[in-house]
Amino acid sequence: MRQYDVLIIGAGVIGCMIARWLSRYELRILLIEREADVGMGASSANSAIVHAGYDPPPGTLKAITNVRGNAMWDDLAGELNIPFDRRGDYVVAVGAEELPALEQLMEQGRRNGVPGMSLISGAEMLRREPNLNPLTSGALWAASGGLCDPFAVTIAAAENAVQNGVTLLTETAFEAFVPGGIQTNRGVFGCRWVINAAGLNADAVMHHAGVRPEFRITPRRGEYAVLDRAEITIRNVLFPVPSAKGKGILVTATVHGNAIVGPNAQDIDDKEDRATTAEGLDEIWRGAHKLIPALNPRHTIATFAGLRACGNARCQTTGVNYDHDFVIEIPKPGFINLGGIDSPGLTAAPAIAERVVDLLKDAGLELKPRRDWNPIRPAPPRFCNLSTAQKAELIRRDPRYGRVVCRCEMVTEGEIVAAIHSPVPARTYDALKRRTWLGTGRCLGAFDMPRVVDILARELGIPPTQVTKKGPGSEFLVRETKSWDEANTDSHSVGAYEAKV
Amino acid sequence: MKQKYDVVVIGSGPGGLAAAIAAKRAGAHDVLIIERDVELGGILQQCIHNGFGVESLKRDLTGPGYAQRFINEAQALNVEVLLDSMVLEITPERHIIACGKEAGLVELDARAVVLAMGCRERTRAQIRIPGTRPAGVYTAGTAQRWVNIEGYMPGKRFVILGSGDIGMIMARRLTFEGATVERMLEIMPFITGLNRNYVQCLLDFNIPLQLSHTVKRVLGSKRVEAVEAVQVDERWQPIAGTEEIIPCDTLLLSVGLIPENELSRQMGVKIDPLTGGPYVDDGFQTGMPGVFAAGNVVHVYDLVDWVTEAGLIAGRSAAEFALGKRPHPSADEKTCRTKASENVRYVVPQRVNAEALTQRPVKLQLRVLHPIEEPVWVEARNGDDLIARQAERYARPGEMLSLDLPQKAYDAVRRAETLTVNVVRRRA
Ligand SMILES: Cc1cc2nc3c(=O)[nH]c(=O)nc-3n(C[C@H](O)[C@H](O)[C@H](O)COP(=O)(O)OP(=O)(O)OC[C@H]3O[C@@H](n4cnc5c(N)ncnc54)[C@H](O)[C@@H]3O)c2cc1C
Ligand SMILES: Cc1cc2nc3c(=O)[nH]c(=O)nc-3n(C[C@H](O)[C@H](O)[C@H](O)COP(=O)(O)OP(=O)(O)OC[C@H]3O[C@@H](n4cnc5c(N)ncnc54)[C@H](O)[C@@H]3O)c2cc1C
Repeated sequence: MRQYDVLIIGAGVIGCMIARWLSRYELRILLIEREADVGMGASSANSAIVHAGYDPPPGTLKAITNVRGNAMWDDLAGELNIPFDRRGDYVVAVGAEELPALEQLMEQGRRNGVPGMSLISGAEMLRREPNLNPLTSGALWAASGGLCDPFAVTIAAAENAVQNGVTLLTETAFEAFVPGGIQTNRGVFGCRWVINAAGLNADAVMHHAGVRPEFRITPRRGEYAVLDRAEITIRNVLFPVPSAKGKGILVTATVHGNAIVGPNAQDIDDKEDRATTAEGLDEIWRGAHKLIPALNPRHTIATFAGLRACGNARCQTTGVNYDHDFVIEIPKPGFINLGGIDSPGLTAAPAIAERVVDLLKDAGLELKPRRDWNPIRPAPPRFCNLSTAQKAELIRRDPRYGRVVCRCEMVTEGEIVAAIHSPVPARTYDALKRRTWLGTGRCLGAFDMPRVVDILARELGIPPTQVTKKGPGSEFLVRETKSWDEANTDSHSVGAYEAKV
Repeated sequence: MKQKYDVVVIGSGPGGLAAAIAAKRAGAHDVLIIERDVELGGILQQCIHNGFGVESLKRDLTGPGYAQRFINEAQALNVEVLLDSMVLEITPERHIIACGKEAGLVELDARAVVLAMGCRERTRAQIRIPGTRPAGVYTAGTAQRWVNIEGYMPGKRFVILGSGDIGMIMARRLTFEGATVERMLEIMPFITGLNRNYVQCLLDFNIPLQLSHTVKRVLGSKRVEAVEAVQVDERWQPIAGTEEIIPCDTLLLSVGLIPENELSRQMGVKIDPLTGGPYVDDGFQTGMPGVFAAGNVVHVYDLVDWVTEAGLIAGRSAAEFALGKRPHPSADEKTCRTKASENVRYVVPQRVNAEALTQRPVKLQLRVLHPIEEPVWVEARNGDDLIARQAERYARPGEMLSLDLPQKAYDAVRRAETLTVNVVRRRA
């Protein structure tokens, strides 16, 4: 039985950030993820906003970790070399009746310790974003709000953890606790501490541990549309006035120069159901049009949905009446329990990681700093962001950077190969997409797909028929054209297809 | 390679090849084609079916066979070629930056440029199919590349959305390869590709086609497991109660092509929202001096023959510009605008210079909005005055129409500010 000091279940942004934070100490750490890559859950399908922190009720863990996490992002982005743009955000009031909500939010933000907020007039807001609804009556401005690339933060944290000695196992699922460790589909791993960072499945994991039997995670779906940057330019982060259901449907820029609209908020039963719906997309467009009436749904280049892990834990601070707080606790020795990490979980990730380290320290785990810990994760070159001279130089050093594979997002073969051989190797098409943004432009991979499948097959040393979109069962191709025998014996049932792969 | 060329052609499909050939023939000295792929020929290389050259060569060739004739001619004329290199940027002064694995980063200048980048396929989100995002949703052209160039089957059980030509051709191709095409669904009440493909690819192979139907939803989390089909009304809204789950492992999209104009836009060439391609004049010069365009980059053609024809004109004009024999139309007051009018979706070229008619007739190319299954007139008018008209047996959106402005229309065109183009029933 392989033996670890700390075993982390789930490689979303939370699990990866904790792994990275713990990697600075002399510990044997194992991070397990049931999917084929890190960050395939909520961490890759969200609004990508580094929230200022005026939304969560004062005194909650959400408020505390949000404001602390937000403040940590400059260092985090610098060390991990990931896109982060602290361009501030707005909550926009439409009509006079929404104005009082702005003052309440500002007051709440003040109590949470959010810096740099102010109220601005409708006229001033319209000057800053002329496309806004002409009925805009005012806005709350929060200078500390920011934008990030959610794929990059999770992947970079994981890479930095691995560079510093953490073992990452993908396609490895937690099944049960056993004495001295856990049972997975790949056998038993021994460990002194288990950290529950299983996102939507955090309730199941803690129930296995015999903790909080009443705790339930309800998947709350949020749908989005991504807009073509050639068609529309949105420069700001624009929230509507929040409602009981959450922060509402926003219209925001992204770090890649696109705009996105969404999310709605719909409670569903199935934790796997990330399908978008016609009704949901209609709903987000209604929401978007409230803020920017001129947005055109026809400029959509992609739609996606994410599931918030909405918990039912009561805030532990006396006097605070809030039933959806984060869980960050040691309910029993050897078990760090996290749960209900929905928004602002992305923002709070570094603060949650820091808290987990403190909890372990308080619980008596010896944390001896490693002398060779390297906080810097080098960013791979991004061809399209280079100057002409830099491009020429890069191609001279490695000619593979001269071949553009994804024409919309200008991703080269060199970048793809680098991602396949990176510390957290990209082994699927979607994993490459999250690292290089290939296939996310207006042609959605129609052009690059055959070429990328080819490169993956070559670099991984597998036949193209084994290359997948997102792990086993999602193969792109079924057979070679000339394999007639197989073609003739195909049973034409989808079930048979599934059984074979 | 040289630092400066008379004519640089971007793209080596039939449009680009024809342009390069015509530029040489018209006296341009240094002509270069820059092609992103590793071989010349463009999309034709993956079109291994026959049906190419029927109109112009009176031969029934395969795509590669058709391309080869022009590749040979370009070579014989000493057209220079830069393969495996993608043009990244062109400035309004026609400074070109390209890069390639072997070529490295290349910078050069052109007296005239011909844009011949072809087109790209419309994708799923642009037509908004909700549902999951599994493997197994591909454009028909991607599937065509896999099957014909790479030699792999992307599925076993297909549903094809859209009755475009590539979709119909792939329906037949996949059947040949032992796959099952469960259904072709078309949201319009008519097929959008060529009738000849409908007969030869669907009817001959008993592939069921449902008009006024679309895909409402994709099912399956890892690989497509089924699609939900639904009938639509005249306003393309799903009709409740007509939903049907069709089990399949692949959904192919053949929902149309869009001219590929990223480069054109980036350099500031104005794009016609009706065609998705640059505004051009009768010599296929865009709104930017010295920048010409040919083939699917201008508007989506149905037959390769007309692409070649357009490429020949663009290449000749580009050479004339490079040799100082052709002014930019903006410097010329005498151009008249063409306007898509009754039952016409768009007209190319968008501007005609009457002086062109002193040399030869000028061909207008157009597509109709709605099918008319009876004899029609294709006509051009200046106000109420009829300038030219041509009879056709029918008019279908999938099949491009054309109308020659004869040389004798010179005076009429010179007087006109706008030519309106209509397609009307002959009886009425
Ligand atoms: C629609 C939406 C919008 C959001 N917008 C924002 C925002 O703008 N700003 C912000 O700060 N936050 C936002 N959030 C919240 C943020 O995305 C999440 O809080 C954060 O991603 C949670 O990270 P996680 O690691 O806990 O979960 P996940 O990313 O879901 O990771 C959990 C991981 O555990 C794995 N796992 C599950 N079960 C097992 C098992 N048995 N064995 C092994 N592995 C397992 C999963 O596969 C998954 O990879 C949003 C969330 C959503 C859904
Ligand atoms: C699947 C399919 C089936 C068809 N079937 C028939 C048929 O049966 N009969 C018929 O007559 N017609 C058919 N056609 C139509 C005809 O083939 C096309 O209209 C014609 O090939 C278009 O030629 P083109 O030169 O405009 O573009 P393309 O052939 O698409 O060539 C464009 C070229 O430009 C290159 N390029 C683009 N951007 C750059 C850049 N930035 N740098 C360098 N190079 C670049 C591309 O790599 C490509 O090689 C078919 C078309 C398709 C797509």
